[in-house]
Amino acid sequence: MADEPLVLGIETSCDETGVGIVRGTTLLADAVASSVDTHARFGGVVPEIASRAHLEAMVPTVERALKQAGVGARDLDGIAVTAGPGLAGALLVGVSAAKAYAYALDKPLYGVNHLASHICVDQLEHGPLPEPTMALLVSGGHSSLLLAPDITSDVRPMGATIDDAAGEAFDKIARVLDLGFPGGPVIDRLAREGDPEAIAFPRGLSGPRDPAYDFSFSGLKTAVARWIEARRAAGEEVPVRDVAASFQEAVVDVLTRKAVRACRDEGVDHLMIGGGVAANSRLRALAEERCERAGIRLRVPRPGLCTDNGAMVAALGAEMVARNRPASDFELSADSSLPVTDPHVPSPAHNHQHSHDHVHEISKENLYS
Amino acid sequence: MLLLAVDTATPAVTAALHDGRSVVAESTRVDARRHGELLLPAVDRVLAEAGVKPAAVTGVVVGVGPGPYTGLRVGLVTAATFGSALGVPVHGLCTLDGLAHASGLDEPFTVVTDARRKEVYWARYDAERRRVTEPAVDRPAEIDGQVAGLPAVGAGAALYPEVFTDIRGPEHVSAAALADLAARKLAAGEEFLPPLPLYLRRPDAQVPKNYKVVTPK
Ligand SMILES: [Zn+2]
Repeated sequence: MADEPLVLGIETSCDETGVGIVRGTTLLADAVASSVDTHARFGGVVPEIASRAHLEAMVPTVERALKQAGVGARDLDGIAVTAGPGLAGALLVGVSAAKAYAYALDKPLYGVNHLASHICVDQLEHGPLPEPTMALLVSGGHSSLLLAPDITSDVRPMGATIDDAAGEAFDKIARVLDLGFPGGPVIDRLAREGDPEAIAFPRGLSGPRDPAYDFSFSGLKTAVARWIEARRAAGEEVPVRDVAASFQEAVVDVLTRKAVRACRDEGVDHLMIGGGVAANSRLRALAEERCERAGIRLRVPRPGLCTDNGAMVAALGAEMVARNRPASDFELSADSSLPVTDPHVPSPAHNHQHSHDHVHEISKENLYS
Repeated sequence: MLLLAVDTATPAVTAALHDGRSVVAESTRVDARRHGELLLPAVDRVLAEAGVKPAAVTGVVVGVGPGPYTGLRVGLVTAATFGSALGVPVHGLCTLDGLAHASGLDEPFTVVTDARRKEVYWARYDAERRRVTEPAVDRPAEIDGQVAGLPAVGAGAALYPEVFTDIRGPEHVSAAALADLAARKLAAGEEFLPPLPLYLRRPDAQVPKNYKVVTPK
């Protein structure tokens, strides 16, 4: 198999229809159609609206990606798709499209894990991932600390949020402050003009007896809301910029502190940060500062690769091909709660003992004999 | 000519292949919960049975519903992607028309499928099996006056025997019937529907409750 496989990746786990094309660790195309504006007036992603939008956007987005990459569909070495976790109905559109594409073109299909893809995308920015890599994934849907000795086969959860995802907390505080949806970018912007030390908001799960790598943002969210309400009840103006800065500081302080600690404890000298919240400027700055002090190399992809996209799926798919991981079969399910310990979903029949070449022969026979 | 037809608008996950003269292979399984898992293997089975590769397909036919959304989209996105990958046209047909075509009836009748939530998707047909109403979604009791006394085709009718008193077959739509109908329409130069879903309902989009006050009163 080619060292630098040409792979198309499809991502539909939430509200972005993403199609990316990579050659090995080189990004060739990253086409995204987003339904975020449609969701804005509801203050959150509405699953049925997202699924409808995926269906409409799927073929145009695939065709745009192929054009952008300047490659023919027949030249592809494989089709990768997010098999989970994510919104069930949304995932199903992408998985069904990927199957039809792979089948029509006679290419192997790789159902891959959304979280592992968020980590693997950094290969497109900074070259091959160090092994192991420590990863902090933060978005509206997830907040996890993961240790990845091999991104195609061995991803271990170190910690995760026990209540809200970090991005969700940003959305909720933005709603309390009447700043609209999504909350991340606007809070980041306002916080730059505020004082992060103006208000001492609590740092969740940071006591000596608390789990070292888990997160909690629910208490913080309530504390911020109470603080704002008290101001409003007293007829005082709410210092929006200081609230935004102090809230944001509480979130990124805990995230970076725990990530650096995990690196230290595990003896890992690389930290990657991914997910939509990785676009937050303060998170980047504080992580940079603390990693440097701890002698840890920080890898954060550019913001466009941190949010959900097809390139990250293609990046992980290409790694699956390069490492001869078994392909998925055409009964592949969209699994809304696919565990992060499954970086991909190989065909059950081919899961044990068979070599990849053997696998390929069998599936060929089944398909066309 | 080699037409691949698929439909996932009802509990039947169905695929068929038509060579312009007749249906050469068909695969249908009834399972309302596994459309995503079952459709591509069904397509694979019919192509394998006919001994042809995907690249030999010259056109795709897809049932556009109406039907419960999640399953419906599986067939539509599969057809659209397959068509795009091979550069062949994708023809949409109303799923109810497939049932009407397969009924063989030569008197006015209705086609009725299950829309869940105590509703049905339905349409009326004339004695030549031509649809005479737009597909609609309604509570059976509310359309009693429009369907009373007419033969009713489709599994949705059997759920409401008090309204649909003269139930006929077939129970489930088959891609074979859709493929046959499409082949006739192509031969006659008739128009198809665009391969877009007939949802007939707005998405369930609940605006989240206004921000909840957390300070005790
Ligand atoms: Zn994500």
